[in-house]
Amino acid sequence: MPDIKVTPLGAGQDVGRSCILVSIGGKNIMLDCGMHMGYNDDRRFPDFSYVTQNSRLTEFLDCVIISHFHLDHCGALPYMSEMVGYDGPIYMTHPTKAICPILLEDFRKITVDKKGETNFFTSQMIKDCMKKVVPLNLHQTVQVDEELEIKAYYAGHVLGAAMFQIKVGSESVVYTGDYNMTPDRHLGAAWIDKCRPDLLISESTYATTIRDSKRCRERDFLKKVHETVERGGKVLIPVFALGRAQELCILLETFWERMNLKAPIYFSTGLTEKANHYYKLFITWTNQKIRKTFVQRNMFEFKHIKAFDRSYADNPGPMVVFATPGMLHAGQSLQIFKKWAGNEKNMLIMPGYCVQGTVGHKILNGQKKLEMEGRATVIIELCSLYSPLAHADAKGIMQLIRMAEPRNMLLVHGEAKKMEFLKDKIEQEFSISCYMPANGETTTIVTNPSVPVDISLNLLKREMALGGPLPDAKRPRTMHGTLIMKDNSLRLVSPEQALKELGLSEHQLRFTCRVQLHDPHSDTDTLGRIYTHLKSVLKSYSIQHVPDGTVIVESIVIKVTSSAEEPNLKVILLSWSYQDEELGSFLSTLLKNGLPS
Amino acid sequence: MAAHLKKRVYEEFSKVSQQVTLEEVPAKKLRLTKPSKSAALHIDLCKATSPTDALQYLLHFARKPVEAESVEGVVRILLEHYYKVFWVNCVWKLDFSKNFACVLESHQVLAQLLDTLLIIGTQLPDKIAVIQRLIDVACKHLSSTYFRVRNKCLQLLGCLGTVDKPLSKETDAGAGAQTSPVRDVQSVISDYFQDQDPRVRTAAIKAMLQLHERGMKIQQTIYNQACKLLSDDYEQVRSAAVQMVWVLSQLYPESIVPIPSSNEEIRLVDDSFGKICHMVSDGSWVVRVQAAKLLGSMYQVSPHFLEQTLDKKLMSDLRRKRTAHERAKELYASGEFSSGRRWADDAPKEKVDTSGVNLIDSGACGAFVHGLEDEMYEVRIAAVEALCSLAQSSPSFAEKCLDFLVDMFNDEIEEVRLQSIHVLRQISTHITLREDQLDTVLAVLEDSSRDIREALHELLCYTNVSTKECIQLALVELLKNLTKYPTDRNSVWKCLKFLGARHPTLVLPIVPELLSTHPYFDTPEPDMDDPFNYLPYLLWCSSQLPGRKQTASSGLEASGVGSGSLESAQNFLQDSLIRVSALQNLETPGAQDLLEFTIRDLQRLGELQTELAGSADFCATYLHCQLLLTKALQEKIWTMAVPLCLKQNAKVSTAARQILDETYKLEFLYSGLETQQIATIHNVRLQAKALQLILTARSKRGVDCVLGVCEKFLQDVESFQRLFMTELPHFQDSFVEKLLELMPRLTACKPLDLVKILQTTLRQSRFIHLKLPEQIHRASATIIEPTGESDNPLKFTSGLVVALDIDATLEHVQDPQTTVKVQVLYPDGQSHIIHPKPGDFRTPGPGRVRLITQVYLSHSAWTEACQIEVRLLLAYSSSSSKPSASKPAWNESMDGLPTSESCIEGTIHLSKPVKVFIMPKPAHR
Repeated sequence: MPDIKVTPLGAGQDVGRSCILVSIGGKNIMLDCGMHMGYNDDRRFPDFSYVTQNSRLTEFLDCVIISHFHLDHCGALPYMSEMVGYDGPIYMTHPTKAICPILLEDFRKITVDKKGETNFFTSQMIKDCMKKVVPLNLHQTVQVDEELEIKAYYAGHVLGAAMFQIKVGSESVVYTGDYNMTPDRHLGAAWIDKCRPDLLISESTYATTIRDSKRCRERDFLKKVHETVERGGKVLIPVFALGRAQELCILLETFWERMNLKAPIYFSTGLTEKANHYYKLFITWTNQKIRKTFVQRNMFEFKHIKAFDRSYADNPGPMVVFATPGMLHAGQSLQIFKKWAGNEKNMLIMPGYCVQGTVGHKILNGQKKLEMEGRATVIIELCSLYSPLAHADAKGIMQLIRMAEPRNMLLVHGEAKKMEFLKDKIEQEFSISCYMPANGETTTIVTNPSVPVDISLNLLKREMALGGPLPDAKRPRTMHGTLIMKDNSLRLVSPEQALKELGLSEHQLRFTCRVQLHDPHSDTDTLGRIYTHLKSVLKSYSIQHVPDGTVIVESIVIKVTSSAEEPNLKVILLSWSYQDEELGSFLSTLLKNGLPS
Repeated sequence: MAAHLKKRVYEEFSKVSQQVTLEEVPAKKLRLTKPSKSAALHIDLCKATSPTDALQYLLHFARKPVEAESVEGVVRILLEHYYKVFWVNCVWKLDFSKNFACVLESHQVLAQLLDTLLIIGTQLPDKIAVIQRLIDVACKHLSSTYFRVRNKCLQLLGCLGTVDKPLSKETDAGAGAQTSPVRDVQSVISDYFQDQDPRVRTAAIKAMLQLHERGMKIQQTIYNQACKLLSDDYEQVRSAAVQMVWVLSQLYPESIVPIPSSNEEIRLVDDSFGKICHMVSDGSWVVRVQAAKLLGSMYQVSPHFLEQTLDKKLMSDLRRKRTAHERAKELYASGEFSSGRRWADDAPKEKVDTSGVNLIDSGACGAFVHGLEDEMYEVRIAAVEALCSLAQSSPSFAEKCLDFLVDMFNDEIEEVRLQSIHVLRQISTHITLREDQLDTVLAVLEDSSRDIREALHELLCYTNVSTKECIQLALVELLKNLTKYPTDRNSVWKCLKFLGARHPTLVLPIVPELLSTHPYFDTPEPDMDDPFNYLPYLLWCSSQLPGRKQTASSGLEASGVGSGSLESAQNFLQDSLIRVSALQNLETPGAQDLLEFTIRDLQRLGELQTELAGSADFCATYLHCQLLLTKALQEKIWTMAVPLCLKQNAKVSTAARQILDETYKLEFLYSGLETQQIATIHNVRLQAKALQLILTARSKRGVDCVLGVCEKFLQDVESFQRLFMTELPHFQDSFVEKLLELMPRLTACKPLDLVKILQTTLRQSRFIHLKLPEQIHRASATIIEPTGESDNPLKFTSGLVVALDIDATLEHVQDPQTTVKVQVLYPDGQSHIIHPKPGDFRTPGPGRVRLITQVYLSHSAWTEACQIEVRLLLAYSSSSSKPSASKPAWNESMDGLPTSESCIEGTIHLSKPVKVFIMPKPAHR
């Protein structure tokens, strides 16, 4: 039986280090090549030696697909392609290809330059790696080789995030990467057509969460910012450079526009600036509103938001500043925070999650006073906008399953306990089997691929004519024909044509069968009685009584002879061709039961 | 080539269908159309008087070679002709399958043929036998392998088939048509719900819907089939299926259907509601919009299911979480509203039982929650609208959906925001806003969009609030609004007025705070132009007003006038009309005085009773026309010799002119008129025209000029007959009736004779009494901006343009987008007419339209500032009064072509002029 094998090297019952191997129809594909942010040793990269077994990766893999630019999905890419060695194609969407190297470079700088690690990939390696990337567009079908094709769907997680359909013959797998089923201020919702894949590999980060509407939270956020600005206070919003920053920028920008506000908004330069540039370019990947208003104005050409300069922090009057990093542990955001924290007019807004040990974490836990550089600083106003990142919640995952209608499900990128819950639900609601392999564990899914066969038009038309006038598109029907397997192609033709093509003469195969019957009448009378009996039983068949002492039902010939010794014992001779086997055996059993008196 | 062919087909198609509808048009007009083979054939066929003649033409035609590209057109003509043949004979003798064996080989042609048959069928709704034949033809071709043929067949069945009667074979006994199994149309169509082609499936559902639209009763049995189609792969099928399910839910709301996989049973409307709710999270947004829209009209659904649509159970790591709405409510209840200092109040609470969580929304669960958060704003708008109509019918649901609607005030698309404000206003009778909700609502007052702000003011006019703090909050926010956007003055005033009037008891306790303790009032002379002073005062005043009104009206009631005043006014109106109608001859001495008094009375009545203003004005104007006419006819000129009466001539001709103008006003300025009134008005207009004609004939020498006018007049009479055929019985002894009697003579006689006849008829004819319809509204307009008070001229460089903002309210104007124009009149007599964009018209309420637009002014340099006049005009064309249903389609097809000469274009003044001071300065070089 053909099957699909899935082995997670990372992200199996785990978040981070997404890397999944899929074997489908003899092709091996690597889905994502991420790194784990939690480790600083070898564990941060997937264990590629599992694949290589001392040979080169290129020989084993047909292609690598990267779903989006987050480091836990693409962080190990230069390591794999340059240090382990892979020369095959790497597929990603255009925005991912644009933004991915910036993030990799940034990450490399922090690891190598700041932490002083060695044995890490270099800038050149990132560049070389990017040369192997083949970019693709949404809904564009790319033929990797003659059999393997991939197609990208919108995923809505971050700019350029995509879900991929991988297809070999009639077998297919859909890998979602990270996706979001609810639109936000700058991205749309994930969408897929009813492609009915054999296997859907879905993330399950928020498998046990059902989220609330974002509107209330947005409203609170805007209201607080508005109030602070009105009373002349300053607002600090520490953000991560990509994703959330742009969402909030759009939110504030439109609000400023709507409410006709004049206070300046700044974002810190550097990475955010670069990222904004890409958001401006890839406008087609954003949501409906931005795409529609693009004709008048590109929403990312901010009117009210300007680049920040260090000296602006001391300016009087209200302002809003987006600053990196998001956890308030170092850099610009911390500097500004120190400056502003004493004034009770000012406000700090924490839009994201903070790791333990950072200033942000302390504040999020409700600490009102902080010791910094020997001084006690009081934080006056605080507002949290912490909400799940752009991942699908449990309902969203179910919705995607409903959209795609897969035959099997496989959960990755989530905690085992949460997956368990979702797995039960999926099996219960859709009655499809659901898998959740751990890292290194191989799941085998047996598929039942349909084999396409060319059918001759004449044969098809003949069969059509036999059917009734009413449409019965989805009902299976049996038909007679000859299957010719020749030169790697399958054809279904009528038997006559097959004989002609193959130069064979037709052989008739007939079965004959004698049935003994006790019947006191004469031969002809018996035959007559058989005729009437059959006539009453087989109403829809053509039954003929031929004068030369035979009854013919379709192609079946029935003759009656009486044995010489016993005139009452009649021997009925039945003869049928192979094509009418079914009818023939039915008749023989019927006649064995005797005639009705 | 294919494209060309197609174009050709359409060309032929439109031509032919027009010809069918205008059968009485003489053949010579047809020559005007581009001669083509098919057209020529058509002309021939038109000439044929009997079927045998036609056959001769046909045979002749058959011998001629036909170029390939016109074959389809020819076939069409032929078919049209067949239709005419049995129009005459009522016998269908021709068998399509035989006569067109050659063309039927092409599926395309067959599909077109069926299309034609469909038109033929719809033209002949009462010919049962023919329709039966057509249905048989359709049934026969249903098994075609080409989807368009099947589509057309289904469409034909949908448009013509009947459900009550099974498809029988009685009628085709002689025709030798295909024998089809005896089944009714519905089951035949429903068989194609499972066709292999999605387009055919869609067509099948549409045909079924068509059956329903024609009033056929659809059986409940197809409900299950329709439900299955909801999960079809193709969006157009799903979209149609949603509609089908909805139709069935409206037809059989109370029947009981079983729930699969359980023994329970529920009402069909609830079941279908659940299914349509499910479609709100469909993959295709077209279907989502469709589903959301339909949800809004399912009023019979049980409250339990309805409330589920707003249900959402939140969960975080398998722990139950409260929604933001619930938290806001709790906060408000605990008195700690909007402090913003609570921390981590959204921490998950109790653990959720895993088996109890339903991730796939069963039935209606959370449908609107999904719809309101949809990616496409079209879906969101549809969901908001649906919420509105459901909430209007269920107060408890209105209360529940309030939070969600308030949330929508923050949508990213302005249209959605605006719509949700409108919706909240519509359901405001059912709800009372909590303080925290009001706070959110009021935050929108700072929106930079004028539409949004004004919609919100409108909303505040109708809102109930719960506490006196709310009133204060609203007042403060409105003040803020006014300082930020001074142009909102009118709107804010109105808003406060209503707010005060609505909550007199809530305003009362805060009066001291509002008025006396206000620091400004301690100063000797408070500046009443400062909004901070007069707005609270306004609020207070308006809160006192309704009370006073009540006492006043109760006093009146005691004296027996009171609320009955409207009734008595109506009686008065009727009485005066009856009095006037008692006058048989207006030339009797006292009659004219009576008319004059009645007109005066009616005008006064209109001023007093605003409800009856429209009717009273209408009657008064009509009677005025009659009076003018009578006076004109009594002038001495009729007895004098022609050369002597030039002066009188002028008087009469102005009267005629005036009557004409008044009739146009009568016809186009008032809404709510019925055909009878319009016909009456036309009668008066014809009289005025006749008067003009007579005057022209008398004053001008030579027959030539009179000839043209006469012809035009006769055309007018003819068109009157065509338009108001059904109304003629009401016109006994009238001018028109007499004219129509004399019509054969009129057309034959010479112009001068015609004039003579007209003169006598005019004098003999009785005047027609007006029967008032239920409600008449007079269209009116007021220009709010510019006010005309400004002394500062608008300066601009001559030759360049300056934009003038115009803000006006229109009332009871029908179709303002096309009819209302802005006229700008310069001191030198130049006048410009400007068409505002359709987007400049907004509808804040029923019958009211707001026009906010900009007009561009320009002129050459003036030496000093001067005033220009700006006013609104109502444009009309007499062709638009034709009561024909096919008008829009006709308009479309005739777009760009000159309209027929019978139509008269003109304008009526709709508003008082407003003067604007402008000053074009010479350009500096």
